[in-house]
Amino acid sequence: MILEFERPIRDLEERIAELHRLAGPSAGLQAEISRLEGALEAAKRRIYANLSPYQRVQVARHPDRPNFRAYRDGLSDDFYELSGDRFFGDDPAVRGGLARLKRGGHNVVLLGHDKGGDTRSRVKGNFGMAHPEGYRKVKRLYELAGRFGLPIVVLVDTPGAYAGRTGEERGQAWAISADLMALARAPVPVISVIIGEGGSGGALAMCVADYVGMLENSYLSVIAPEACASIIFRDPGRAAEAAEALKLTARDLKQHGIVDEVLPEPLGGAHKEPKVAIGEVGDALDRVIAGLSEAEPEALIGARHERYRRIGTHAAGDAG
Amino acid sequence: MDDAGFTKCERCGQPIYEKDLLARFNVCPHCEFHYPLPAPERIRLLTDTGSFEERDRDMAAGDPLGFAGYEERLSRARKNTGLSDAILSGVGKIGGRPVALAVMDFRFIGGSMGSVVGERVARTVENAYAEGLPLVVVSASGGARMYEGVYSLMQLAKTSVALSGYMDGSLPYVSVLTDPTFGGVTASFATAADVIIAEPGARIGFAGARVIEQTTRERLPEGFQTAEFQRDHGMVDRIVHRLALKGDLDRLLGFLS
Repeated sequence: MILEFERPIRDLEERIAELHRLAGPSAGLQAEISRLEGALEAAKRRIYANLSPYQRVQVARHPDRPNFRAYRDGLSDDFYELSGDRFFGDDPAVRGGLARLKRGGHNVVLLGHDKGGDTRSRVKGNFGMAHPEGYRKVKRLYELAGRFGLPIVVLVDTPGAYAGRTGEERGQAWAISADLMALARAPVPVISVIIGEGGSGGALAMCVADYVGMLENSYLSVIAPEACASIIFRDPGRAAEAAEALKLTARDLKQHGIVDEVLPEPLGGAHKEPKVAIGEVGDALDRVIAGLSEAEPEALIGARHERYRRIGTHAAGDAG
Repeated sequence: MDDAGFTKCERCGQPIYEKDLLARFNVCPHCEFHYPLPAPERIRLLTDTGSFEERDRDMAAGDPLGFAGYEERLSRARKNTGLSDAILSGVGKIGGRPVALAVMDFRFIGGSMGSVVGERVARTVENAYAEGLPLVVVSASGGARMYEGVYSLMQLAKTSVALSGYMDGSLPYVSVLTDPTFGGVTASFATAADVIIAEPGARIGFAGARVIEQTTRERLPEGFQTAEFQRDHGMVDRIVHRLALKGDLDRLLGFLS
């Protein structure tokens, strides 16, 4: 899939490929090829350095963007998957299990929204939109991590919690609320990285954490820009404007002190060079886990409470 | 409402004398339909006369994102409701028993939760803990306040961390869900209680029915997301008529505190 703003890049790439084909083994067209390659690099820098918030949302949603499976396989040398919420079923929209990370050899509980890879797995995983049983599985694994003193590592990538009949029948709001409470109490380090979409409560249930990193082109928002545009501007076509207003990019959120770090992506986005993006995340995880490994449970919980307790802007009322 | 002080019930169509409706805290005298109740009226309904003492009254919303139109929306809501935001909070007595109480008001930007609602809920929880009081929160909310973007989302986290401390102790938390309660409020403090009470017919859920119909094209069954639906699905403990609510809370708190 080619995003609209990527078209000039794709055109240049195609022309270069065409010239290579025409030139064959001869060096005849080398000068022209070099010129176009220079233009390609310049176009990439120009386009990707200046992505608008809504363009970043599109990169975050790109079907080729590395998903949970790619990170799981790239980051861990052993992943022991655990399934089910013990009440209703297993939700493939979120996955989790015990993992040993390649970088640093840390044993952790690794969780994440799984958007799937091909059409079949995407549909099966409901495009990363978890049902209540998914959020209840997550809670089970948060508590398991706490019991065994394992850091919780969460990779966030969801358009949002599933908003549909079956989700409502099984208490979607109740399940998310219980996850927030479980994270507030987790006696182990909680480390979240937003690798793609961070859609509202369904994302927050997996990123009330001691460290929140965001890949450069990921987003975190209270509402999808399209939905915000239909409600506030009464026009879903004004999604780009809504994305701008919502301040949902990694850089904005870092500036507002909501997240800790913006993790750089390869030029053109994580889908251009997945290994590089996965490596960035792996390095950050190793560093953060090592930094938190000596922290006492009470100190972790206290600092987490302090962190979330102070987010907000209001003119102060009377004390307490 | 016409000049003679009569209105027509939206549900049963019967004429209602306005004074009767007010005296019954916005419950139709004919069909018992529960209309939304402004927060000051809810406090009058639940607390012993003269016992309510508001806290944090002057806390006012900021505009953290400089979101176009938000300031205007806020000042209109303040003017129309006389409230500083979509919540009233403080301490009061229910049947002589002091409680920490927070009540949301749907008239104020759809009862949406921004930084002020989140902060006042968190402070009410902390105050309850500090003073050893039971906690009662009455919700009415369309969800998070979009105008505050991710700051409104973070209020789910803020209220949850505040509550988790309170819930580790042995003081009771009772959540009362009224029409409508949705989104970020149900996905955080409103459903994390020891006991969840709902008003008859109140619409309660995560996503609103219209959003669900638009995104999934599903036809939703009759009575979807009502208080009764939520009770039948195991999500709500009891459905209590508004005019019996104070007595019901008094009874419940008698058991738990």
